[in-house]
Parts: sequence; structure tokens; C-alpha cells
Amino acid sequence: MEMNSPIGPNALDKPGVVGKPLDRVDGRLKVTGGARYAYEMQQEGVLYGFVVEASIAKGTIRSIDTRAAEKAPGVVLVLTHRNAPAQGTGNHREAHPVLTGSQVMAYGQPVAFVVAETFEQARAAAYLVDLKYHRSDGKYALRSNLKEVRVPKPNDAPAADSAVGDFAGAFESAPVRIDVTYTTPLQSHAMMEPHATIAMWDGDKLILHTANQMLNQGQRAIATTLKIPAENIRLISPFIGGGFGGKLWVNADAILAAIASRELKQPVKVALTRQQIFHVTTHRSDTIQRLRLGSDRDGRILAIGHDVFSGNLPSEQTYEGAALQTRTLYAGPNRLTRHRLAPLDIPVASSMRAPGESVGLMALECAMDELAEKLDLNPVELRVRNEPSEDPEKHIPYSSRHLIACMHEGARRFGWDKRNAKPGQVRDGHWLVGMGMAAATRGNPLLLSKANVRLDPDGTATVKMAMTDIGTGTYTILAQIAAEMLGLPTERIRVELGDTDFPQAAGSGGSWGAGSSGSALFEACNALREKLARTAGMDPATARFDDGSIASGELSRKLTDLVGAGMEADGEIRPGRNNKEFSQQSYGAHFAEVGVDADTGEVRVRRMLGVFTAGRVLNAKTARSQAIGGMVFGIGAALHEAMTLDPRFGYFVNHDLAEYHVPVHADIPAIDAIFLAELDDRSNPLKSKGIGELGICGAGASIANAIYNACGARIRDYPITLDKLLSSLPVRA
Amino acid sequence: MRAFTYQRADSVTHAAAAAIKPGSKIIAGGTNLLDLMKLQVETPSDLVDINRLPLDKIEETAEGGLRIGALVRNSDLAADPRVRQRYGVLSRALLAGASAQLRNKATTGGNLLQRTRCYYFYDVTKPCNKRSPGSGCAAIAGFNRIHAILGTSEHCIATHPSDMAVAMRALDANVETVDGEGKTKVTSIAEFHYLPGNTPEIETSLKPGEIITAVTLPPPPPGVQVYRKVRDRASYAFALVSVAAIFDSTRGRIRSARLAFGGLAHKPWRVAKADQILSDASADTATFNAAANAVLEGARGFGGNDFKIPLTRRTLHSVLAEITRT
Repeated sequence: MEMNSPIGPNALDKPGVVGKPLDRVDGRLKVTGGARYAYEMQQEGVLYGFVVEASIAKGTIRSIDTRAAEKAPGVVLVLTHRNAPAQGTGNHREAHPVLTGSQVMAYGQPVAFVVAETFEQARAAAYLVDLKYHRSDGKYALRSNLKEVRVPKPNDAPAADSAVGDFAGAFESAPVRIDVTYTTPLQSHAMMEPHATIAMWDGDKLILHTANQMLNQGQRAIATTLKIPAENIRLISPFIGGGFGGKLWVNADAILAAIASRELKQPVKVALTRQQIFHVTTHRSDTIQRLRLGSDRDGRILAIGHDVFSGNLPSEQTYEGAALQTRTLYAGPNRLTRHRLAPLDIPVASSMRAPGESVGLMALECAMDELAEKLDLNPVELRVRNEPSEDPEKHIPYSSRHLIACMHEGARRFGWDKRNAKPGQVRDGHWLVGMGMAAATRGNPLLLSKANVRLDPDGTATVKMAMTDIGTGTYTILAQIAAEMLGLPTERIRVELGDTDFPQAAGSGGSWGAGSSGSALFEACNALREKLARTAGMDPATARFDDGSIASGELSRKLTDLVGAGMEADGEIRPGRNNKEFSQQSYGAHFAEVGVDADTGEVRVRRMLGVFTAGRVLNAKTARSQAIGGMVFGIGAALHEAMTLDPRFGYFVNHDLAEYHVPVHADIPAIDAIFLAELDDRSNPLKSKGIGELGICGAGASIANAIYNACGARIRDYPITLDKLLSSLPVRA
Repeated sequence: MRAFTYQRADSVTHAAAAAIKPGSKIIAGGTNLLDLMKLQVETPSDLVDINRLPLDKIEETAEGGLRIGALVRNSDLAADPRVRQRYGVLSRALLAGASAQLRNKATTGGNLLQRTRCYYFYDVTKPCNKRSPGSGCAAIAGFNRIHAILGTSEHCIATHPSDMAVAMRALDANVETVDGEGKTKVTSIAEFHYLPGNTPEIETSLKPGEIITAVTLPPPPPGVQVYRKVRDRASYAFALVSVAAIFDSTRGRIRSARLAFGGLAHKPWRVAKADQILSDASADTATFNAAANAVLEGARGFGGNDFKIPLTRRTLHSVLAEITRT
């Protein structure tokens, strides 16, 4: 099916198992260790690899002496650019070729790969590789390199600039103006499972057990890099311990293992260490964002401008699309958004959870708070007054949009009316207490996906697709969809994912996973229903599927009597005109209450509520978990997370989890997320929208706005650590 | 991690004798040492495991204090009823450190000997005088948000990361050691940890082959005991500044006071003059200011950690106001 028209009434509209807060079908496997991740796959005769990283940021390898490493106990191979095979050049993200020459493009670039009989032997020998460099000057810090920015021209993202009306004139003449600059730091995904791969060859066929979010894309990319046909490559990834965009691409671990395994004719496994992940894989660029809002005295936006600077390798076009949501979130006749990219010699920047919106809303939604204060207007009311009737730049309708309902319901449940608009007025012991809110929005993409479903005579249905579950609950929602469509209990549904031998699927990322894979499965189930109905001699349009039977009128047949030796069907979903003719986003509103220690400036979130609309909720429990996980991510972005670049060395100084801070349990207070009822009949056959990233969008801004309300300090440089607040706190002494 | 030999000590003197060998290291909880070995910041040739030695008791001393065996785990020490009743500052400091899992493994002796968390110390490709004497200090002109503002030298501005040691410094603890010949020694905790000076690689008074057997606490001083740790997240973060305070005061009058600080220096920081200012003094802002000035005398920031100076002052005020309110 191609999404070209509205979805009419369908089989999911009646109350059923879809939407129920079903426990994860893979939960037991996960908590008992039965779910095996890439590195845990056992393989006879496996060898262990260890990556040697460049310890300079830019320059050339002057000499590389591997003799000591090669003589070390257990070592079977030391790969360097001198003996690595020639590779195809894909782009830097999708499957970066490794060990291609003596040039060092960024700190942490793999410069050698040591393979030994045990992990400890490989690691010890890696330290024996003697590297000497010619260091050259590089450009590292974004803020020091703004003079050389260029207009990025990516082929897989929206244009860098947009303009409607006369922004400059309208802003100049607006009665009320806000002109502020926000900065967000370099961030690392910090997922739980490190990047890991086991590579093995069966003749000219490559099998990779690897932690990867998008297997089909990875398969194609590896084919280019290793110069072998895609059909000779099989990626297997049934369980992934988090990705957040850090595993969208094939990382060096997979390419190095594949090359070494081909050379050695033995399986090779490798996992990046926690410290290596920060440099060897991708990260989110820091941003500098200038927000200009001009409104009339009633708060109606007349001019809205958002300029964003981010950085990436000189060879890259990927920019942090922090102004993209500004093109569609609020009304206003005069608009300007621009993205500029600074070429930097630091590791490649790429997607991290809600690329664009995540950090863009941390600026836009605080600027809106600043405008509300200037207008002496309730922040919720300011947003209500700027609710657009259509997409203000594309001039197309929204597929569905209930931002105002989210804000009003959230305000009511949270007790927003108890907020004192004047900062610094509420105290609880030594805590200064404040409330803040922010809007949430995230685009709703749909990607090509296919599925196969087969019903066997034992009454079990098996779903197969090259989809991944990165911890989000994909196995569970797919089981629910198949169970509902085929009238079977979820226990009779077997979902098999994470294998490129299965039908092509979208993979997990960009909040498209559930909608894309679920719709393909929905279509496959519809096709199977039709086959079953025809076999039973019933009209597919009116046949009912319930309790393992198909019924029409008084007639009822057991499905198991109809399938013979087994009956299967395929399904497919393709994006169509609906994605161009309708502006598709999910929406929400965050409300946060924080305490700021009046003496030390320590910030602790006291409670937080997110109210969202994202079309049909496929599983109330996993959806809530996803939303809360996103909100926790937002707390981290507001208060904790930052990679610090040392411009002397061009590297991230705090490259471990002791000093790259993410929130811990004690940082997360009473927190809740609810979804308001909504169906979006333009998004996909499930009428659902993506939720994997919505929770993070705007969450950080609500924290920052609450901090301002608590103590009167408007910090525009994230994360908001206590040192930035000290000078604004009540005088001591 | 480099290859190493491993032996399990069956007596304290055996352990001490084995540890004399250059390149050998004692391992107890291993919560810090193993991490450093994986990164080759530590490259011992021999490990001497002391976990089976009978050093895991907490006993009353004749003077009315406690003798804490070097192998008493942080969790057990924090939970001991005698510690909780009489040395609350120690219990609180322990529970403010690390995570439950780490505290279950970490030992009293090992905690005193943990290495700094300086980012550059942790990365063998970067200069660090502590790890590689003479290579320079990358932190002084680098990223130094977590670094020291007191007692620094031109060679090193690292901090000691322990919470436990800060409380012990306020309690005037003593460190008992034994060497390979069975000779025992008692060192006050004030003299146990060193400032970096010209030799930041030498962090304590321990000589090769000397091992910690116990920490003794004198009878508890009178008054209220408080531990306040200021950090970047609510748990599992090292102190930006921490204060161990023991105060004997009543109705706005302070009889005696002891203050020790973490996160500020290469060792738990205590200033006799500050304690004197707070003894037999009125509990008011002027007194607190004078005490803060005494604590921060000679304080110097290096850019990223400048904020620790006002933060220390503010935290001290907060603690003093809270503790003397009752």
C-alpha cells in the first residue's frame, strides 16, 4: 500500500488487543539473560579484535611499528593501513571504510586493529602498537570557526534555509521583540550496549552479528565498502541494547571485524570499549542558535527567525536541523530559518535522538518563555494565540494536531494555575521552587517496509521482517497487531526480527519504526485474511476473525482447518502523497517543577508531566515507557550532558560515563506521561504516529523555564550546571 | 591490561613482604585499580590479593573509639550501628560516595588510596605528571572544572576523590600500617595524604611494602555531625565541594567546631585557623565569613574551576547556618 489517501475504518478500530498495556513479549528473555546481544553470540574458534585509536586529531601517521604487537602472546593479526584491503568509499556515516591511508581526519579514528586469541591478549597488544605522527593544525571548536561556515546541501534532509514574507522588515517594526542566542553542547548517545560485532565468512558470504538499528541500509552500505554484492551479506541483530541514532550506521567495529575475519578465515568479534565509543562513533554536534521573535502587543507572532550553527567534518553535509520545527510549530506571516555548517576536524557528527527538534526546542521554547514574560502573558496562552490553521511555510493542512489540548490537559493535571509568574517567589526550605512548560513536536516519517506472516496448522502465526527492536517494544506491538488482525491470542504469535534474510524493513530510528513496520505487518495480515476468507468461501470484506476462527453470518471455520500445511502472505507499506500533502507531526506539552538550591545552585527536578498526542497508541505501557525515557533524556540534556572539547588536542576530554553525566535514578522524580486519544488517518494504516523521540522534544526547555521561574536566572548555555547559576542566587555573607 | 602475576596473601606480613617488590600492587576491592589497569594507567607486574586476610572487623578501642579493619567494606562501615550512632559524618560521607554495588566491594584501606579522577590522568596519551612524572600537566591550561583550588602546584592540580577520607579527616582518624618486617606504624590522616608539590606521583606516606591494616577513630567529639556533598547530579558523581562538619553549639554560641573539605585539594582539606575562629564564637555571619576566608586563604582557580571558590563559601555558609540553627 502506498499512503496516498485517508485510511477509512479498518480492523483496528474496534476495541481489541492493540493499545492494551501488554507486558513486553521479550521481557522474560531480557531479564533472564535469554536475549542474546551481538557480542554474546557464541561462535566456535572466535578471535578477538581490539581497535587502536588515533591519539591526534589531524595529521599523518609518520611511522607505525607493529612488531612488538605481532610478537605478543596470542596475536594473530595486526591490521593497519599498510596491509588493509582497498575498500569502496561510501559516505562517512553509512559504512565508513577503515585503515585507508596514513591521513588522520579526526581524533579516535581507527589506525590499527589487533586480533588475538583472547580479548585480554588483543587489548594488551593494542597498547604495543607504536605510532608516530606528523601533527597538523586543525579546526576543532565550533564557536572559533564560525567565519568559515557554509550552507549545507545534504541529499537526505530538508534544505538548509527557508523564508516566508519579509522577516527582516517585520522583525524590525514589531512592537515586542526577543533576540537571544542559545547554545547546546556536544552530546554522546551513551546507550547501554556498546557497539559490537561478530563477523564470519562462509565462502564469499559474510555474516555479521552486529548492533545496528537499520539492517537493510547497513547491508547496502557494507556492500559498497567491502565491494561485494549485497546479497552476500547477512546482518543479524535480534536484540539491541539501545541506539538513540548511534547505531543507525555501520560503525568501524563491523568493517574491521569483517576484514579481519576474511583475512584470517575465522570468526572475529569486537566490542568498542566505553571510552572508545565517544570518538570512534558518531555524536550530536553542539549548536549556536539565534532566535528572533517579533510579536504584536497581544502576543501574535509577526516575525520568527531561527539561525543555527553546527559543525561536521569537512567532507560531511549533515547539519543539526535545530530550526526545522520552527518552520511549522507556530503561526506568523514573516519567517526565516537558516542552518550553517562549520567544517571541523573532529569525529563525524550525526543523528542523535530527535535530531533537530531535541536541541532546537531547547532554544525555541525558552525564547517563547522569554516572549511570554515580556508580554506578561501565561506561556500556555502565548502558544494558544499562535496556533496555526495550516502549516505556515508549506501552506498545507496538518494531518492531525492537538497541541492546545495537550497544553490544557497538562496544565489542569499539573496545577499550572498555582505557578507564580514572578521568578524567585516560592521557597521550600533552602530550595527555590519554580514551574516551567514547553511544547513538544516531532516529525512523523514513514519508510518503506515489508513483512511476511505465516499461519501454521498448529495455530501459530509467525511474523518475519528485517525490523529491529532497540529496546522500544517493537516485538510486542507487532505481536499485538498480528494477534488482532488474525483473531489469535498474542501467545500464538511468534515475531522474528533482526535478520536481513527476512523481508526488508525500515529499521528503528527517526520515530518511524512502529508505524512503518506495523503497517507492513497490517498489510500482510490483511492479505492473509483475504486468502483465509477465500479458502473458507467467505467475503473477505465482512469476515470476522476471532478466537482462532473466521466467521461470516452463521458460518464459522477454525483457521487451522484452512491453512493446509501452512498459509502465508506478504505486505508492504510505502510513503506516498500523504507525506507531501499533509504536514505530519506528533505533539505534546511538558510541565516541570524544579528546585534550585538557594546556596549551591544544585538543580533537582521535583516532578514532571508530559501530555502527548501521537495518533493511535499501539501499547499503552511501552508508549508510556518510551515517552518517559525521552523526558529523562530531556532532563539530561538540560542539566547534565556535555562532551567537553579540548581544542589543544581536538578531542573530547570526558570520554567515559564517570564524567560524561547522564541522569541517574536519583535525578528522576515523580514523572508521568499520558497520551490523549487521537487517530491520524493520513499517517499510516495503523493511524499511529511515532513516539520514540517525542518525549525528549521540549522536555529540556521546560526544565530551563522552570529554573528561570525558580530563581530568575535565564541560562542560555546548556547544560544548566550549578556554576552558571551561582551569581544569580541570593547573596550569602 | 598488561599481563601480571597474581598471588593471594595468607598473612599480613606475607602481603607486605610481597608488596615490596617494585611493580607489585596490593588489590582489595579493586574498584579503582582494575579500571586503571584496563586503561594501562596502572601497569603492575604482580598483584597481591589481601581479601582473605582477617582485617574485616570493626572493634571498640580502649580509649572509646573504633578500630576499623582495612578490609571493612564501605557498605558495612556505613551501616555499622556504632558508626551510625557516634560517627554519623562518616556514615553519611560513605553513603554519598559511588554506588551501592561499588560500596559493597570497596574497602576502607582502598578508599584512602583511590587515585584522582582527573580526565588527563585517565588517558595515557595525554601529559600527566602524576601518571608519567615530567610529562607535564594537561589540566592546568586545559579543562579543569573538577580540579583543585587549594594546595596545588605547578606540576599538578588534581583532587583526591574520596568522601570517606574527608569525614575521617574531620574525625582526626589515624592510619595503622605494617611493613614487610612486621613493623607497625600509626600515621595521622592529616599526614597520610600528601600535597602534589614536585612529586605528584607520591600521594601518601606509604612506603613500598607497607600496607594499611586499620583506621582508628578517636572517641567521637561532642556535637552535631554533618556531611554535605555538592555535585552535578543527585547521585554517582564526585564532589565539586564537600564539607564534613562537627559542631558543638547551643543557642547561637559555638563551643567547638571542626571542618574538613573534599573536592578542593589533593588531600582532604582542613584549616586549623578556621576551626579556631569557629571555637567559642558567636554563630553569626561575621564568624562564618571569617571562617570561610580562613579556609579559602591562598585559593586559586584555573579557569574551569574558578566557581569552586564562591561555591565553597556558599556551601560553608549553608552548612554553618543549618547546623547552628538548632
